[in-house]
Amino acid sequence: MAANGAPTKITQGSQTKGGIGESTLRPDGTLKVTGEFAYSSDMWHEDMLWGQILRSTVAHAEIVSIDTGEALAMPGVYAVMTYDDLPTDVRNYGLEIQDTPVLAHGKVRHHGEPVAIVAADHPETARRAAAKIKVEYRELPVITDEASATAPDAILVHENRDDHHIGHVPHPNIVHRQPIVRGNADEAAKRADVIVKGEYYFGMQDQAFLGPESGLAVPAEDGGVDLYIATQWLHSDLRQIAPVLGLPEDKVRMTLSGVGGAFGGREDLSMQIHACLLALRTGKPVKIVYNRFESFFGHVHRHPAKLHYEHGATKDGKLTHMKCRIVLDGGAYASASPAVVGNASSLSVGPYVIDDVDIEAIALYSNNPPCGAMRGFGAVQACFAYEAQMDKLAKKLGMDPVEFRQLNAMEQGTIMPTGQPVDSPAPVAELLRRVKAMPMPPERQWESSEGADVRQLPGGLSNTTHGEGVVRGVGYAVGIKNVGFSEGFDDYSTAKVRMEVINGEPVATVHTAMAEVGQGGVTVHAQIARTELGVTQVTIHPADTQVGSAGSTSASRQTYVTGGAVKNACELVREKVLEIGRRKFGSYHPAWATAELLLEGGKVVTDGGEVLSDLVDVLGDEAVEVEEEWRHRPTEAFDLRTGQGNGHVQYSFAAHRAVVEVDTELGLVKVIELACAQDVGKALNPLSVIGQIQGGTIQGMGIAVMEEIVVDPRTAKVRNPSFTDYLLPTILDTPTIPVDVLELADEHAPYGLRGIGEAPTLSSTPAVLAAIRNATGLALDRTPVRPEHLTGTA
Amino acid sequence: MRVNFTVNGRPQEADDVWEGESLLYVLRERLGLPGSKNACEQGECGSCTVRLDGVPVCSCLVAAGQAQGREVVTVEGLADFAKQRACGTGSCGGTSLDEAKRWEADGTDSQTGEGTELAPIQQAFIDAGAVQCGFCTPGLLVAADEMLERNPNPTDADIREALSGNLCRCTGYEKIMDAVRLAAARQSEGV
Repeated sequence: MAANGAPTKITQGSQTKGGIGESTLRPDGTLKVTGEFAYSSDMWHEDMLWGQILRSTVAHAEIVSIDTGEALAMPGVYAVMTYDDLPTDVRNYGLEIQDTPVLAHGKVRHHGEPVAIVAADHPETARRAAAKIKVEYRELPVITDEASATAPDAILVHENRDDHHIGHVPHPNIVHRQPIVRGNADEAAKRADVIVKGEYYFGMQDQAFLGPESGLAVPAEDGGVDLYIATQWLHSDLRQIAPVLGLPEDKVRMTLSGVGGAFGGREDLSMQIHACLLALRTGKPVKIVYNRFESFFGHVHRHPAKLHYEHGATKDGKLTHMKCRIVLDGGAYASASPAVVGNASSLSVGPYVIDDVDIEAIALYSNNPPCGAMRGFGAVQACFAYEAQMDKLAKKLGMDPVEFRQLNAMEQGTIMPTGQPVDSPAPVAELLRRVKAMPMPPERQWESSEGADVRQLPGGLSNTTHGEGVVRGVGYAVGIKNVGFSEGFDDYSTAKVRMEVINGEPVATVHTAMAEVGQGGVTVHAQIARTELGVTQVTIHPADTQVGSAGSTSASRQTYVTGGAVKNACELVREKVLEIGRRKFGSYHPAWATAELLLEGGKVVTDGGEVLSDLVDVLGDEAVEVEEEWRHRPTEAFDLRTGQGNGHVQYSFAAHRAVVEVDTELGLVKVIELACAQDVGKALNPLSVIGQIQGGTIQGMGIAVMEEIVVDPRTAKVRNPSFTDYLLPTILDTPTIPVDVLELADEHAPYGLRGIGEAPTLSSTPAVLAAIRNATGLALDRTPVRPEHLTGTA
Repeated sequence: MRVNFTVNGRPQEADDVWEGESLLYVLRERLGLPGSKNACEQGECGSCTVRLDGVPVCSCLVAAGQAQGREVVTVEGLADFAKQRACGTGSCGGTSLDEAKRWEADGTDSQTGEGTELAPIQQAFIDAGAVQCGFCTPGLLVAADEMLERNPNPTDADIREALSGNLCRCTGYEKIMDAVRLAAARQSEGV
C-alpha cells in the first residue's frame, strides 16, 4: 500500500499488459459504435405489450374519481390498473422513506405523478387509451417554498408522517434538518475586520441522461418476473419492487440492460414496478419506454436551493467564522433528500479551514417536482455559494482571489466542521496553483483574416456580434465532495471472481452487480483482474441479481468500493491458486515456500522474477472461485443537534479556471475555456479519468449558463419539460477543457485511488459565474445566469 | 400501410405501418435495427440521425411513409457504407501498410475493434475515448462520418458546427472532438 501523498507503486501484476494505470479501451466499445449494444429501450420480446403511464395534470389535488371504462374497452388494450388494483398492502416505495405511492391514492402531490397504467399492443394505442381515462381532481393550494411550507395554516404534504426524521424536524413539511455547530461563530465574528453576507439561489437541474427510462418485464412460469432494466443499483430496486408485487426477492430476477447515462437520476425507481405489475396482470412481456417529455416527470431532479451565507475575515486574509442556512426544496417525495441535507451541511464550509461555524441545512416537502440525487449531491449548491463568498471577501480585502483561497485552504490534518479529521492528502492550494499556472487561451480567437468566426463568439451562429461589446472575464473556484455513502451507511460491495483454464489459457471471470452507466467500471474491473491475477483474458459477466449487491453507481464510489471488492476477491483467488501450486509443485522447488510469489503473464513467479510454473499447469481442470463482500472504513451518523461525527469516507477535490467572453449588450455568454486540476489519488484508467472530469465539468457549466427546470410558482407545474425548452450544452456551447491530473495516494483506499466522478461538477459552476462577474462587474447571486440577468432586464 | 425502402443497401418492406409512425420507430421496432436511438423524439438531440438519400436527418421527425422508395443508412450499416465509399475512391485493396503498422493485439476479452470491421470514425471513437454511456454515439457517428465526407480537413469550429445538432451528456464533447480529429488525420494519412 502506498504512503499518503506519494504515487501508488504496483508490484503484483505490474508486468501484465492491460492492467491498472493503462488507458485500456472499453470492453463494450465495439458494440456501442456498431449500434448492437442493447440498451433498456432496445429490449424486444415476441408478443410483447407496451405500457403507458397516465400522470397527473395538476400539482396538488384530491382525486375525486377515476373512470377507466372507456380505456379498457379500446381494441388492443389488455389491462388498465389504478391504486385499487395493486396486489398487496405494500403500495409505497422510496429509497429511505417509503412515501412514494406506486399509483396515486386519493391525492396527487406533484405535477406528473403516476395515476394509472395501461398495457396495449402498440405504444400509440397505449397512449390513446391512457388519454381516455377520466380523472376528476379537486385542486388544493400548492406549497412551493419555505414560506408556504411552514405557514401556520399550511396543508401538510404528507399527513401522519411516521418516518425516523419526524421527531427532530421543526415542521412536518420539513423532511430533515441537520445543524452543525462547532466553536463559537458569534464570538469569532468579533475578530473579523470584514464581514460578507450573501443570499444565493441555485436552480433546479435535470440529469438529462440521453437514454430514457425504460425496460422490459417478462412474466415467468414460476409466477415470478424477469426484469431487464437500466438502473444505478439493482439490489436497491429489488428491495423496493418485490414487496409491492408480493413476490419473494428470488422471484424478481433483475438483469442490467444497457444504461444510457444516469447522473443520479436512476437511483429512484421509475417504470420498474409498473412494468412488472402489467406483465404479471396480463401474463405477457411488457415494455415501457418514456419519451423525453415523460422523462422530465419520471425522475427526481437536483434540489433547487436558497443559501444564506455570512463569512468574516481578518484584514490579513484569515477566515474567522462562517454562518450559513441552506434550504433545499425536496418536492413532493423524500427520495434522497435526507442524505442531500447531510452533504449540504457537512460540506457547506468548503475546502477551507474555519474553526467557528454555525450551519443549518433543511429539505422541504412541497408540491414542486421531487428532487433527489444528482452528480454532486448537495455539495454542488453549497460550492456555488461559498465560492461566491470567497470572491466577495477577497475583493473587500483587496486580495487576489486565488491567493486568498490558498491562504485559507484545508490540508491533510484539517478538522472538518463535523469534527472529522481529514486524514489523506487534501492538495487544495496546489490544485489552485496548478489551474492558475495553465497557459491562458489567446485573446480574440475569433478573429481571422476572413473576419470574425461567429462560431467562436457569444451568440454563435445567430450572428449577433462580430466582437462589438464583447468583454473577457476569468474566474476561479475549488470544491470538496465526499466519496461513498456517508453517515454510518453500510456501504459494501460484492464481487465474484473465478479463474480457470479455457482453451489452454488462464481466464478470469468477474461477476458483480455494478451498474455500468457509462463511467467505465467494466473497463476498470478487467484491469484490476489482470493486475491482481496476472492474466490477460478477463471476462466481465453481465450485472444481475444472481450475485450480491454492489451498492449504487453514485457518490463517486464504484471504482473505490466495487473496484475494492474485485481487488479483494482477486487477492483471495490468488491465494487459493498459490495454495494449489504449493500443494502440487512445492516439493520440486523451495521458492514455493520461501519466496514472495506473484502471478505475472499467466505464470507463477518469484519476486525475483524466476518462473515457477504456468498457471495452466497449476490450475489443470480446477476452477477457483470466490464471492466476497468488501467494505471501506465505517462511518458514523452526524449528531442531530451538533452535527458532530466521522460521517464521511473520503474527500475529493477539484479546481477550475473559467475564461468567458460576454456580449454585454445582449447578455450572451461564450465560455472559452474551462481548465481543471483534480487529485485522483491513482488514475486506474487515465483516459476514462479525463473523460469523467471533462463530462462533469460541462454538467457544471450547464447549470451556470443555461440549464434550469422552470416551475410555475402559482401552479407548481413544470413549464419546460423538453429538450426544446430545457437547454443542454451542445458541442458549440462547449469550451476546450484542459485537465491536469494529480495522483496523491490515499492510503486508506484501494491502490490509493480517489473517487472522481463528482468533484469536477462542483467547482465548474462557480468558476464560470466568477468569470462572468469578472467580465461584467455584476453581483449575480443566482444560477443559471440568463441574458436578462446580464442586461438588467430581468 | 406498407412501406418499401432500402436500408443499408438491402431492400426492406414494413407492413402494418400506422401513418403516424416515424422512420425511427419502423427501423427500431419493425426492422430490428435499434442502433438509431430514441432520446428525445422531437429532433433536438440527434441520437436518431440516419442518412436519407445521403442527407443526415433526425429519423424521429421523418414519417415512415416519407422513406418510401428511398435509401437509408443507419449506424448498423456505417462500416459497409464507409468501405464502399473508400472503394469508390480506389482504396479498398486490403489492409494498408499504415494500418498494418498500427495494428496491435489486445486481450481477447476486450471488444475494442479487433475482429469487427469498423468505419474509420467508429474506430476513432473507441480509440479516443469518445464513448461513455454510448447513447449519443450512433447519431454522432452518422453525422461525423457525413461531415468528413464533405470536409476531409475540418477546423475545430467546423467540427463543432457540424455536430451541434447532436447532444452528449457524458463526455463534455472533448473526446468527441479528439475522435473526429483522429479520424480526419487517419483519413488524410491513410489514403
